[in-house]
Amino acid sequence: MRKHFVVPGLVLAALIFSPPLRSQTTKPRSPDPTEPGLDGWGRPITPLPKDHKSAPAPRHDISGIWDAGDTSGIQPLGAGAFPDDGKPEHQPPYTPLGLEMLKLTKPSNGTRSVLPGDNNDPVFTFGDPQGFPREDLYELRSTQVLQRPENVVILYQFAKVWRVIWTDGRELPKDPEPRWYGYSVGKWVDDYTLVVETIGTDERTWLDRAGRPHSADLRVEERFHRADHDHLELSVTIDDPKMYTKPWVALDKFVMDLQPSSFDVREMIWSPSEYNEYNKLMGNTATDKESH
Amino acid sequence: MRNKLAALFCAVAGLLVVSAPVFAHHGYAAYDTDKQVALKGTVTRFVWSNPHCMVQMDVSDESGHVAHWIAETENPSAMIRVGWTDKSLKPGDQITLTALPVKSGAPVGRIIEITLANGQKLPGRINPANQVKPDDSPKP
Repeated sequence: MRKHFVVPGLVLAALIFSPPLRSQTTKPRSPDPTEPGLDGWGRPITPLPKDHKSAPAPRHDISGIWDAGDTSGIQPLGAGAFPDDGKPEHQPPYTPLGLEMLKLTKPSNGTRSVLPGDNNDPVFTFGDPQGFPREDLYELRSTQVLQRPENVVILYQFAKVWRVIWTDGRELPKDPEPRWYGYSVGKWVDDYTLVVETIGTDERTWLDRAGRPHSADLRVEERFHRADHDHLELSVTIDDPKMYTKPWVALDKFVMDLQPSSFDVREMIWSPSEYNEYNKLMGNTATDKESH
Repeated sequence: MRNKLAALFCAVAGLLVVSAPVFAHHGYAAYDTDKQVALKGTVTRFVWSNPHCMVQMDVSDESGHVAHWIAETENPSAMIRVGWTDKSLKPGDQITLTALPVKSGAPVGRIIEITLANGQKLPGRINPANQVKPDDSPKP
């Protein structure tokens, strides 16, 4: 069933070897010294001072607690470098099949947004996991990276889920059973850049909040580049020749700031009971005058 | 009809309806992003939870009629960064709330700002950068 997509053809396959499409570059930014807030234990978050000068990045090390600050990790209109804002340059390079699949998704944000009752976002309507790569492309909140000799483990704040990226030299599996978060392997390409390849993601998930589709053939590349001691840049490239005519860079050098090791990541879980309560109170009343 | 509606709002709740280009961040297809409502009333329930925090409040008019409003903002993780906590509001609090109203006319809104009785303001986190109307784009 998961293999029901039709390969569009050799022409598209050839296109994947052309350079990835980049829409806009996320410029590295300075930490916002005015940013308020509390960590998960209610302790004040102390932002880096404005004139802070970071030490050089350590070699082969992206461990730590990383936070994009305020709402910048949240990508409500879809992938950060390709928001669904109506600008032609932010349209991913859909194949005809990709466009067809896009029409089936009914997001609650962006230019194709629908009323709450018509929304079919699997995260909101069924309580499905965000899955990967949506974990990078929608609710990218405080992110803790643990590093061991054989793997890198990423703990995500949203839904309190984790991923394991194997760095022990193994190959990606052939024809794997699909998983919500796929199968990931990573390799250091220089002293400060870990490149992660992921396949085997479940095609029921959306790429992002805007409902961009993917097939079981999706291949995602993440580049974790430690620019200096206090800053980590993440780029995410989508490569899915069934849905897109060429690879596209969905997140481009997205900057996250290192937090103190004492920083407690706040719990953020959309439990079914809380979501039902929300839908009961807000979902229907927003669209139905008589129901409230 | 519009005048009637505005008059009704004013009469019922000291409600202010103004045209202003304000914007919502999340699930705003139901909201009229070109309008604001201002409500004065009493908090009946504060829901501090995901996916969005919600405030329920009673708004009385001069004749004693009570309208039961509900308004949402973002999730606790986002709100705690702008000064909200799980104890920011409690039943019985007197507040003034400005919100984007829903298009349907139901007493439902998206919080722009809450002012507490002591003057403290709680921002609702509406980000213009994230506002896109459904009919803005060329459909792919």
